[in-house]
Amino acid sequence: MKSEYLLELWRYRELFYFLVWRNLKVRYKQTILGASWAIIQPVFTMIVFTLFFGRLAKIPSDGIPYPVFSYCALLPWTYFSTTLTQSGNSLVGNKNLITKIYFPRVTIPASYALSGLLDLGLASVVLLGMMAYYQIQISWGLLLLPFLVLLLVLLVLGVGMIFSSLNVRYRDIKYCLPFIIQIWLFITPVIYPTSFLPERFRILIAFNPTCGIIEAFRASLLPTRDVDWHLLGISVLMTLLIFTSGILYFRKTEKDFADII
Amino acid sequence: MAHSIIVENLSKQYRIGELHRETTLSETLIHTLTQLFKRKRKETIWALKDVSFKINAGEVLGIIGRNGSGKSTVLKVLAKITYPTSGTTKVLGRVASLLEVGTGFHEELTGRENIYLNGSILGMTKRETDAKLDEIIDFSGVEKFVDTPIKRYSSGMRLRLGFAVAAHLDTEVLLVDEILAVGDAEFQKKCLKTMGNLSGTGRTVLFVSHNMEAIKNLCQRVIWIDNGKVRQDGEPREVIKDYMSSFIGMHQPAHGFAHITNRGGNGDIRYNRIEFLSSDKQPLKAAYSGNSFVARLYYYAEKQIPSPHFGLELFTELGTKITSFNTWTSGFEVPFLPPGNGYIDLEVESLNISAGRYYISLWIASSGNLWYDRLEQCAVLDVEPSDFYKSGREIKRQHTHLFGIVLFPCKWNLKGESPK
Repeated sequence: MKSEYLLELWRYRELFYFLVWRNLKVRYKQTILGASWAIIQPVFTMIVFTLFFGRLAKIPSDGIPYPVFSYCALLPWTYFSTTLTQSGNSLVGNKNLITKIYFPRVTIPASYALSGLLDLGLASVVLLGMMAYYQIQISWGLLLLPFLVLLLVLLVLGVGMIFSSLNVRYRDIKYCLPFIIQIWLFITPVIYPTSFLPERFRILIAFNPTCGIIEAFRASLLPTRDVDWHLLGISVLMTLLIFTSGILYFRKTEKDFADII
Repeated sequence: MAHSIIVENLSKQYRIGELHRETTLSETLIHTLTQLFKRKRKETIWALKDVSFKINAGEVLGIIGRNGSGKSTVLKVLAKITYPTSGTTKVLGRVASLLEVGTGFHEELTGRENIYLNGSILGMTKRETDAKLDEIIDFSGVEKFVDTPIKRYSSGMRLRLGFAVAAHLDTEVLLVDEILAVGDAEFQKKCLKTMGNLSGTGRTVLFVSHNMEAIKNLCQRVIWIDNGKVRQDGEPREVIKDYMSSFIGMHQPAHGFAHITNRGGNGDIRYNRIEFLSSDKQPLKAAYSGNSFVARLYYYAEKQIPSPHFGLELFTELGTKITSFNTWTSGFEVPFLPPGNGYIDLEVESLNISAGRYYISLWIASSGNLWYDRLEQCAVLDVEPSDFYKSGREIKRQHTHLFGIVLFPCKWNLKGESPK
């Protein structure tokens, strides 16, 4: 059964490719600024964060210039939150496909997880400029980055599969998803470093997989920070757990999608 | 002969209210809570019950049935879009399902881009689409706009583009649902022609339609699905005849329409019954070819109806529409209709059709395209043979296929030059 499913996914790889291509093509259609939105969004968030949290609230950033500190985390976070919103609403948004044609349903949320990476890549270019400006050296830690991106994709896919299939049955998801993402931002060390939290909260927050991934993102990009392997280890386990439950839940519910969507 | 599709004891159950309803968490909670205190209500329906059939490879099979009879569900199960509650289906070979023209078209993409997208959704590989791209564009007839986003297309152009892609699919099995219900006459003709080309190519086609004419012309075999069950399976003409006559069986007695439940329109005005009269308004025992007759349509109007139009359509036993008598084309204007009971007479001078059984559909509409009442095949008109051409040669019922359905009053003149 399992290998049959994988075989089927393989057979539909071209459709998957076309869905990703479609997402990319239509993403910034009929906008004036086009793909520069991929940069504008995290950059402006970074500016706002720097003004309010860095300057006014004086949130520590472990000796790293706050703009760089927050932008390193905003890169993965923007990918995560944008992609989660899209993939969470993806099945409902592609209702016409689901009720009219058969294909492995998972290709829909997965296509958004993949197409979102382009934005991540574009926004990363800005980081290079910032690092040059603040004269921050690139270290070997950068080699960890592809692995972290993969982890992030798996995580967003796992959460996305759960939310998108819940959304098919309960449209409440559409309304509570933005809210969930907002809360999620606050329990993720984007605005603040993990060291900012009291010890007992740090253990709790470790169970949030974005926590370890985003801290590791910073560590791999900034030479002065070390990777917290314990934290990352928990995040890897949590990600795998969420991804597996996502697949299982999705597989269990997908049979009814066409009937209830 | 090898089977291409095997369906065994297929059943599909839907929970009532499950179809196309937006559920929210709170609704589910309330529902679960109320269910705790109530005795369990039966709230499921069987869309399909124990459906079994086999289709040979290369066969073109039609599925007919009333709205909601389950015929589209059969297609959806075969296409793996929805899952059966019990039973098995087996489809051999590559399948393409065409439940709609232009599935997955994206407004923002150009015609060309949509060809690729739609092609891949229907199961074509990119290479196949590449190879057929020119043909598809040519077939669609929208060459000039192929690089324009389809949101600028008219609905007709969209249909043509979608159909052009579909027409170039070459899977072994093709499942087609009622695509002929859309588009203008020209488009439908093109569809029919393409569908017609399919038979004899060794491909298995399953074709769901309300268009009896198309079914009759395209299919080698017809399955009639009624209430989720296979009611009849066999030769197209036979099955279609029985299907058409089933409408009447339900709606008797005495041409009253009170118990017809699946009628259309908003109900501001409804037909009660139909009566056939002779030209001097006496009850008619039998209608004869070439004779005059009057159809009296009784109605009841709930309220005052501004400028209504009445229509009576005549169909052959195989579902071909022969004519539509209606007040609109006749230019008969009714400024307004007061509420209450009444009737309108349709007087036909000469019934220019050959002997046989005909079906009647009725409608009332406003001049602004609003339906008040629609009754599909709600009455039967049996036309008896007569000596239409006053030749002493009666055209019998069983000779209709020789002499045709329509009879025109005519004369013959011969002028021969005798050789000198």
